Amino acid sequence: MTFYVIAEGVIAFLLVAGGIFAFTGSLGMLQFKDFFMRLHGPTKGTTLGIGCILIASMLYFTITQRELHVQELLITLFLFITAPVTGHMLAKTGLHMHLRFITGTRGSVPEFRDEDVGQSRVARPARAKHPWKYRKAKRSRMRR
Amino acid sequence: MLDTALLIGLTLIVLAMAMNVYRLAIGPDIPDRLLALDTLYVNSIALIVMLGLWLNTKTYFEAAILIAMLGFVSTMAICRYLLRGDIIE
Repeated sequence: MTFYVIAEGVIAFLLVAGGIFAFTGSLGMLQFKDFFMRLHGPTKGTTLGIGCILIASMLYFTITQRELHVQELLITLFLFITAPVTGHMLAKTGLHMHLRFITGTRGSVPEFRDEDVGQSRVARPARAKHPWKYRKAKRSRMRR
Repeated sequence: MLDTALLIGLTLIVLAMAMNVYRLAIGPDIPDRLLALDTLYVNSIALIVMLGLWLNTKTYFEAAILIAMLGFVSTMAICRYLLRGDIIE
């Protein structure tokens, strides 16, 4: 009897913690001022939140149906492997498209350094260019 | 206790999805919208898993696996398209 009460408490705690982590990740994505800051929230907070929720589901079905259920662990592992890859590719896309960023943050990436000249708070090195338009402009310049 | 926790978690996830949709609408650039879409599918996996807990069935996990794989592949495809201008060269 006591075992079920403790298990229910653990599952409820994991569900609420997962919800709070996912909410925090999305709130960070909504609130931060910069794409490279906004990238931090979903890649860490939301991944941890969904890990908590999937482990809660795994515990629930293992205890109620009295047999081992590990399918949710598959989704958890897949998400934990793919989330850093997605974050890396999104950061590369942002660097490639020259998105505007906030100066005054600590550390300067070599990709940022030659554009870091503005006195204002938000540097506007270039408007984000679409890659196809950018390529066309480059080609026409080369023809001339 | 479990019903209350499930209700709190569902409310938080739905609020997070609403914020994702808002960022998807106002995102100034394409990578912002792509990030919002990526977070939206991760949150939808959480919503589906919690729906399975609410209805006490195990039917929905295949849907969750499918959404995880297709979401990752589509995010990678759009990233490749923005980086290279082409998906498969």
